[in-house]
Amino acid sequence: MTGPLKHNAVRNSLSTLAFLVAGYLALSWAEANFDGYQTQLLNLVAINAILAVSLNFIYGFSGMFSLGHAGFMAIGAYVSALCILPPAQKELLWLLEPIYGPLAALETPFVVSVLLGGLAAAATSLLIALPVMRLGGDYLGIATLGFAEIIRVLFTNLAYLTNGAIGLRGIPSYAGIWWNYGWLAVTLFVVLSMLKSNFGNVLKSIRDDEIAAGAMGINTSGYRTMAFCLGGFFAGVGGALMGSLVTTIEPKMFNFQLTFNILLIVVAGGLGSITGSVVGAAAITLLLEWLRIVEAPLTLNFALAADDPQLCAAALAVCLASGVFWLRKWRRGARRPAAALAGRLIRGLTLALALTALALALTLALALALAFLGLEMFPDFTLDVPGIPGMRMVIFSVALMCIILFRREGLLGVREFSWDGFYDRLGRLARRLGSGGR
Amino acid sequence: MTSDLFIQNLFNALTVGSLYALIAIGYSMVYGILRFINFAHGDIFMVGAYFIFFAAAHLPWPLAAAVAIGGASLMGIIVDRVAYRPLREAPRISALISAIGVSFLLENLGLVVFTGLPRPAVQPQWMVDPITLGSIRILPLSFLVPAVTAILVLGLLWIVYRTRPGLAMRSISRDIETTRLMGVSIDRIIAMTFGLGSALAAAAGIMWAIRYPQIHPFIGVMPGFKAFIAAVVGGIGSIHGAVLGGVLLGTVEIMAVAFYPSMSGYRDAFAFVLLIVILLFKPTGLMGEKLEDKI
Repeated sequence: MTGPLKHNAVRNSLSTLAFLVAGYLALSWAEANFDGYQTQLLNLVAINAILAVSLNFIYGFSGMFSLGHAGFMAIGAYVSALCILPPAQKELLWLLEPIYGPLAALETPFVVSVLLGGLAAAATSLLIALPVMRLGGDYLGIATLGFAEIIRVLFTNLAYLTNGAIGLRGIPSYAGIWWNYGWLAVTLFVVLSMLKSNFGNVLKSIRDDEIAAGAMGINTSGYRTMAFCLGGFFAGVGGALMGSLVTTIEPKMFNFQLTFNILLIVVAGGLGSITGSVVGAAAITLLLEWLRIVEAPLTLNFALAADDPQLCAAALAVCLASGVFWLRKWRRGARRPAAALAGRLIRGLTLALALTALALALTLALALALAFLGLEMFPDFTLDVPGIPGMRMVIFSVALMCIILFRREGLLGVREFSWDGFYDRLGRLARRLGSGGR
Repeated sequence: MTSDLFIQNLFNALTVGSLYALIAIGYSMVYGILRFINFAHGDIFMVGAYFIFFAAAHLPWPLAAAVAIGGASLMGIIVDRVAYRPLREAPRISALISAIGVSFLLENLGLVVFTGLPRPAVQPQWMVDPITLGSIRILPLSFLVPAVTAILVLGLLWIVYRTRPGLAMRSISRDIETTRLMGVSIDRIIAMTFGLGSALAAAAGIMWAIRYPQIHPFIGVMPGFKAFIAAVVGGIGSIHGAVLGGVLLGTVEIMAVAFYPSMSGYRDAFAFVLLIVILLFKPTGLMGEKLEDKI
């Protein structure tokens, strides 16, 4: 079954075309029908995908543990904002210190400003790469983190360029769906072609064994620098789009937390999988928004199943998945003899967790089914859950740790989506359905 | 600058430097053994500061300090058990990401449990009543912090160089597999390393809270980064190096702002600049040994 995939170039190109058309139609539909909040989320998904792909290119494919993404984003965002802020707005903003002369009158079209933002970030990453490329592993991480922090401190202090800690307000919000998804398409196209070319193979060989690659005569630090700059460029582009999307930027925004969020997307999606980064960006952006409900007070009762079936169904899915997970863990433990008391306790706890989650799932399923029939389960039962500020990030960090501890390779590992694989799978599914019917 | 002011700044530098040194030791020991940056270390420092805040409300101060140090030490051991031990065989980057996860978890858990409101730390009065020596006014704290640091470091050096668990620690940092074959319980020694490092971080957190009497869940972030930098500057893996790096960093920070007050906005950047300079010219740090790449 697992023979080499059949490659069909014409079919694949047609499929890509069809996918693009479908994407275009879906986005047009979204533009017409989504409200402001949903559009914002859709845009955020695209920007996070750009950022995740660029970090994955640096880290997952080139093996450089870079923690400087927030710094590149800051540069992209500020350069682009300075380019698109109308002169009148600039006059209003720089109150404490006058703006640096030539900048006051500068105004460029959006596409130029985003490009300039990306180029500025790429230039900075070149400057950073020259000294730090010799460092390996986590030293590189801490050095890039250091540079990002230095950029942030500089931006807080160079008020004549950046307006200091007050930040920039009223940035024109040009970054709509088309700009964001257009840039995402450009990013994907460039990164994927790079990876498919010999350049990508060289990068992967350096990632897998730097010493062996060097021994083969590859200029490892040269290639790494190029990859770092390309990643920096798209991080800058992402930052520029982000600045125009949120319309207000300040140095505090570009702290380590921002880098961490993108790192989480990359790790969750799968290091070394571009598909994973895009899927991860969508999943985590939506999850982070959706988790806001834990910070707002909530009244739980079974009428919820009728009022908000989506929420209920999502909770059902989470309960079911975790129940199955813990049950499997318990069964795996059953094969080994549990000698120590602690081991037995942990097994008992695992089973209890599994059963609780499954019971919850069953209750939710029942409530949903009854709500579907127009009935309500236990109408008198209500539970007030107070909103807990900060809980969102707690759940978020626990999620990251669970991914690292239990599924280190992330959602997709290093697998990529390809039309060949897609049709192969489709064919197998059709055959299985066909033979099942007979 | 007058010589009086200079002496006051010198004491300030020594105080801040000692605190960096205490935190840096924890980074350095863990890196020496496991070769990964324990990003959560700065947050153990924060936990220590909160523990003393709550313990001091119910207990006399010395007892409260002991409880806080013990609690934070236990916290460090738990973090190792839950988040790092399952990843011993995994690539080091996984442990690093796990550490970042723990760090954010502790910070946000702090936000949920303790709320984001800055809390006033308990300051024993005799520590903050300034003493006047001629025209110099110095807080007793400025003598106390370096003194306590010196005692703690000497104690640690005694453990590491004069006891059998200390011998095991040094042995693990040389060669973990051989040490295992010699019958040393690796996990227990690593847990002990985390416990010791966290205890020192908590001690630093307590003294930091007296020096800058405001506690909030993100109090550990900057000192944590800076202490890690101090460890790298001094030579990561070396306790002496961590102390040297910490004091050096504290001196650079305080003195640069003292001599050039206009630079005060850049204070947080000094450490990172120092880090990059050191990495460029002496990547092994001032007192570090060359770590060979295994091929």
